[in-house]
Amino acid sequence: MRDVRDALMVARNTDGKLVRRPLSPHIQVYRWPISMALSILHRASGVALGVGTLLMTWWLVAAATSPAAFDTAQWFIASPLGLLCLFGWTGALMFHFFSGIRHLIWDLGHGFESPAYNNSAWAVVIATVVTTVLIWVVGLAVW
Amino acid sequence: MSDSNKAPHVDMLRSPLGRARGLGAAHAGSHHWWVQRLTAVALVPLTVWFIFAVLGHLGASQADMMAWMGSPITMVLMLALIIATFHHLQLGLQTVIEDYVHEDGTRLFAMLAMKAACVLLALACIISVLRLGL
Repeated sequence: MRDVRDALMVARNTDGKLVRRPLSPHIQVYRWPISMALSILHRASGVALGVGTLLMTWWLVAAATSPAAFDTAQWFIASPLGLLCLFGWTGALMFHFFSGIRHLIWDLGHGFESPAYNNSAWAVVIATVVTTVLIWVVGLAVW
Repeated sequence: MSDSNKAPHVDMLRSPLGRARGLGAAHAGSHHWWVQRLTAVALVPLTVWFIFAVLGHLGASQADMMAWMGSPITMVLMLALIIATFHHLQLGLQTVIEDYVHEDGTRLFAMLAMKAACVLLALACIISVLRLGL
């Protein structure tokens, strides 16, 4: 034990052997309720958006460097790989946006009751899909 | 008993310093939580603006970008977006690193590398916007 707090994590199993208590959530054991999937997706989409800032930084730095550098960045963004990145980025942004608003509503003390909790989760999923598709329909139309 | 008016406590052979060490400074956690929400609230309208702005500048040339960033309103909103985004990002990634990286040395290294990357990327974006618009 490295730390006195670890004492709370040690217990005996049915054979009397000392084992570490498993940490919750037991993702291998539980079925996946929608709220659990959205919780981990919120974090995953946040990390993905962090990676996505590299693309935004490249776009801005290229624009500030030279017309040729900006053309290269625009060429990458319009390439199949660039479009795939941008599509993933749009989806992650929309998800994190709506899921984040759900978190902010919780922070105000609302939406913890059983039906509201699950309904808001599905609302986040639907809003993400609808806005992501809408952005791409408009985007491809005006490009 | 003389002890009856004392606050409840657990006897253990640990100094107060030993018990407090590694738990972080008092109130630092709630400050982290609050600033994460503050930047999140700021990012709600800024993200909506950014999506519309980017949709209006798809396939833009570098000259278009200069003209766009030349507007003070665009520049202010863009700088606000960049600062709020990277501040929110480093707070979020800090939590991720704290949760998943358990070894002290690796965690310190990951934290420093992540914070440095966020600061440098934010500065690169800010300087680019200023250079385009000024």
